[in-house]
Amino acid sequence: MAEVAAIKTAAEQALTAAYEGARGRLPGTGTVAALRADAFKRFDAQGLPHRRVEEWKYTDLRKLMANAYPLAAAPDAAAKARAKSVATAFDTLDCRRLVFVDGVFVAELSDLSPEPGLTIGTMADALAKGDALVAGHVGKTFATEDVAVALNTALMGDGAVIKVAAGIELKRPIHLVFVAGDATPNACFIRSLIVVEDGAKAAIAESHEGGSAQVNCALELAIGDGAEVDYFKVTRTGGLHIASLLLTAGAKSRFDTFALTYDAALVRNQSFIRFAGEGAKGGMRGVNLQRGKEHVDNTLLIEHAAGHCDSREQFKAVLDDQSHSVFQGKIVVKPHAQTTDSKMMTRALLLSDEAEADNKPELEIFADDVVCGHGATAGALDPGLKFYLMSRGIDAQQAEALLIQAFIGETVEEVTHEGFRDALMTAAVQWLEGRAR
Amino acid sequence: MPAVQETVDQVRQIDVDQYKYGFVTDIESEKAPIGLSEDTVRYISAKKNEPEWMLQWRLEAYRRWLTMREPTWARVDYPKIDYQNAYYYAAPKAFKAPKSLAEVDPELLRTYEKLGIPLKEQEILAGVRKQGEPSQLDEDGLGGLATSGRVAVDAVFDSVSVATTFKEELKRAGVIFMPMSEAVREHPDLVKKYLGSVVPVTDNFFATLNSAVFSDGSFVYIPPGVRCPMELSTYFRINEKNTGQFERTLIIADKGAYVSYLEGCTAPMRDENQLHAAVVELVALDDAEIKYSTVQNWYPGDADGKGGIFNFVTKRGDCRGKNAKISWTQVETGSAITWKYPSCILRGDNSRGEFYSIAISNGRQQVDSGTKMIHLGKNTTSRIISKGISAGKSNNTYRGLVTAHRRATGARNFTNCDSLLIGDQCGAHTVPYIEAKNSSSVFEHEASTSKISEDMLFYCRQRGMSAEEATALVVNGFVKDVLQQLPMEFAVEAQKLISISLEGSVG
Repeated sequence: MAEVAAIKTAAEQALTAAYEGARGRLPGTGTVAALRADAFKRFDAQGLPHRRVEEWKYTDLRKLMANAYPLAAAPDAAAKARAKSVATAFDTLDCRRLVFVDGVFVAELSDLSPEPGLTIGTMADALAKGDALVAGHVGKTFATEDVAVALNTALMGDGAVIKVAAGIELKRPIHLVFVAGDATPNACFIRSLIVVEDGAKAAIAESHEGGSAQVNCALELAIGDGAEVDYFKVTRTGGLHIASLLLTAGAKSRFDTFALTYDAALVRNQSFIRFAGEGAKGGMRGVNLQRGKEHVDNTLLIEHAAGHCDSREQFKAVLDDQSHSVFQGKIVVKPHAQTTDSKMMTRALLLSDEAEADNKPELEIFADDVVCGHGATAGALDPGLKFYLMSRGIDAQQAEALLIQAFIGETVEEVTHEGFRDALMTAAVQWLEGRAR
Repeated sequence: MPAVQETVDQVRQIDVDQYKYGFVTDIESEKAPIGLSEDTVRYISAKKNEPEWMLQWRLEAYRRWLTMREPTWARVDYPKIDYQNAYYYAAPKAFKAPKSLAEVDPELLRTYEKLGIPLKEQEILAGVRKQGEPSQLDEDGLGGLATSGRVAVDAVFDSVSVATTFKEELKRAGVIFMPMSEAVREHPDLVKKYLGSVVPVTDNFFATLNSAVFSDGSFVYIPPGVRCPMELSTYFRINEKNTGQFERTLIIADKGAYVSYLEGCTAPMRDENQLHAAVVELVALDDAEIKYSTVQNWYPGDADGKGGIFNFVTKRGDCRGKNAKISWTQVETGSAITWKYPSCILRGDNSRGEFYSIAISNGRQQVDSGTKMIHLGKNTTSRIISKGISAGKSNNTYRGLVTAHRRATGARNFTNCDSLLIGDQCGAHTVPYIEAKNSSSVFEHEASTSKISEDMLFYCRQRGMSAEEATALVVNGFVKDVLQQLPMEFAVEAQKLISISLEGSVG
C-alpha cells in the first residue's frame, strides 16, 4: 500500500506561500540560496511534523498550528519604541544587551561597545556578504533532518553572529533580547550562530518575552576545546515558539544550559547536542511552570560521539489547570564513546487532575563501558509535607508555593552563575506568587 | 593477549552449537499448500472441523490483513518476509486427536522427552501410568500428595496440539484446559465471548495474520472461585521446515479464580528464518489472578545471524474486574528477532499488573520487548522489572508504555529497567513512554545501563572461578528479582538457560 500523500494544511500552504514570496528578498545568494532551497524541499516533502513522527508524537504541529502568520516586516519607529519598554527576566543583571525586534537586529537599542576578542555581527549581514564564519558553520554544527530546523533554514532572516576568540574570557554576559514590536502577530525565523573558540569563556542569555508572534528560532553554538559556556533561555510568549539549539562541544569543554519557560502558550525547546571531543562535560536543565492550556515540550537529543564525557540532564515541570508538558530525552552513546557517564532525570508535578505530563527518556547505547541512567517521575504534591507546613501556621496556598519552590529549586540551584541563578529563581517565585493570588 | 583471544574465539565458535534443542524430529507431516490465500484459511478451518462462524471470523481477519502494512517502528532489522513462501499449517501425518496418550506417536513422545519436559508428564504422555495414579518415580510412592509439583501439559507440535495431560483431573475441578481447536467446537459460547476481546482482530499486522491462520494453542477457563489445582503449561515446538507457527492462547479466570500458566518453546536449527506470530489473550474478572510465565527458547540462529525464529507475538491481559491481577514473567533467550510487549489493561478498580522480564541476546539476536501498562480503573497499580542483557553483536531494546487516564485516580506505577552490556559490539536501548493524565497518579521510572563491574569479576576470580562462571554468577544476581517470580519448575530451567546464553560472551 503506497503512502497516501497528505493534504496540505492551511498553515503548510501559508508557509509555502511565504517562502515563495520571500525567497528573492531573503538574505544570501548562491550557496545560501541553495541551502534554503534544499531545506525547503525537505519541509515541503514532509509537511509540518505530526503525531506519527516519533520525535513530535506529543506536539502535533499539524494540529496545533492552525495557521501561519505573515513574515514580520522590518520594525518601524513605533515598534522599536514598544520594544524599548519590554521588561525581561535578566534586567537586573549587568549584561551586554543585543536587541532584536520582530527578529531583526536593532543597533540603537543594543550595546556594541568594543571588547577585545569579541566579534558581533548580524546573521542577515553575514548571509548577504557570504561571511566565512557563517558559511563554515550554518547547518553544519549539528546536521539534523528535523523539519522545524529545515523550515528555519529555509526562511532564516536575522539573528546574532558572535565569535569569542580563543582564550578570551568575556567580562559581561551577552543577553540576546528578542521582543515583539509589531502590534499584529507575525512570524519570525531567527538564526543565530555563536562560536566560542578554544579555551574561551562566555555566558550567554536569550530571552523571548511578550507578544504573540510565531517564532521559529535556531541557535548554533560551537564550543571549542577547553572552552566554557553557560547558556540561559527564558521563554514567556503568547504565541507559537519553536526553538532549536544545535550544539557541538569540543574536547575538555564545559557547558551548562538552562531553559525556563513560564506563561508561554505553546513552546517546543529542542536541543541537539553532540559531545564531539573527549572529556567534555555538559549539563542540560530546564523548568516549566504551566497553567491554563499551555503546552511546553522539551526535547533533547544527546549524542556522545567521543569517550570520557559526562552529561547531566534534569528537567522539571509544574502543571496546573489543563496544561500539558512533554519531555523527550534521548541519549545516544556511539560505539567508541567508552566511559561515558550520563544521567537524565525528569520530574513532573501535577497540581490539577486535568493536567497531563508525558515523559519519554530514552537510552541508545552501543558502548559497553558506560554508566548511563535515567529516571522519570510524575505525581502530585505530597499531602504529608503540605500538612506539616500548614500545621506550622502556613496557609495552604503558601505551603504549596513553598513546596513547589523547593521542587524547582533543586534544578535551579544547579546553575553555577550566581546572577543568573538568582534571576531565574526570582522569575519562578513571581510566577508562584501570581498563581497564589 | 593472543592466548586469551584464542580461548574467546573457541568459545564463540562453540556458541553456535549451544542450542541443544536444535534437532529435527523425523516425522511425516501433512501441510497446507504453500502460500497464503483465502483457500489456505478455508483449508485450516476445514482441517479443524470448525463451525461456520469461526471460518467467517478468520476470513474477515484475512481480508483485513491484506490492507495492512508490516510495522517498521521497532528497532529490529530483518529481510523482508515473503508471506507467500511459507506453510501456514503442518500437522504430523495420520494425526487424529488421540483419545488416550497411548495413541500418541512414539516419535512425538521422544521429541518431548528430548526437550526435557519434566519426567512425570513424560510418564503420562508415554502412558506408563494412568492419570491420577501415583507416580512410580516418587520415592515413597506417595506422589499424589505432592500435588504442588504437578504440571498439566498441552504439547503443541507445529500446528496441532498432540497431547494434553491431566485433562480429567482438571475437569473434576471444573477447569477447562484443552487445545483451542477443541474449545472452538466444545465451548463455542465461551470462545465467541472472549476470543478477540482483548486483542482485537484488527490490532496489528501480526495479530491480524494470526487471527486469519491460527492453528492451535491452549484454551483455559477457570470457573468462579476455583484455584486451579496445578500449574498449566504448553510446550510449543516448531518442527517442520519453512513453516510458520501461529498459535492462539486464551485464558479466562472467572471471578475469584486463580491460575498459573507456563509456556515453553523450542525449534530445530535451520538456516532459514521461520515466523512465529502468536496471540495470547488473558481475561481476569473480579478478584481473579492469572500468572503467565514464558521461557522462550526458540532457535536464535547461528553466530552469523543465519536462520532463527522471528518471534512476533502479541500478548495482552485485561483486568476486567475489580481487584483482578495479571502477572507476566518472561525469560527471553531465543529467537533471532523478538518483538513482543506483554501488556496489561487495568480496567477494573484496584486491579494490578506486573511484568517481570529477562531478555538475553547474544550472537546477532535482536530483541525489542517491553510492556504496556494501561491504567483505566481507580487505584490500579503496576510494576515493571525488566533486565536486558546484551552480548556478542546483539541489540536489546526495552520499549514500554505506562499511561494513566483521566479517571484512573490513584494509579501507581513503578518501573525499573536495567541493561547490562557484555562486550563492545552490542547495544542496549531503553524507550519508555510515561503518560500521566491526572494528578493523583504516581509514576516512578528508573533505568540504568552499565557493564559488569570489574571489581565483582575480580573478586569472584580471586576465589578461583573462571571468567565465565564469574560472569554467570554476577548475571544471575542481576536477574534475581525476575527469577524469583518464576514458578519453581521454570526457575531452575531459566537459570540454566541464562548461563548457556552467556557462554562465549566473556572477553
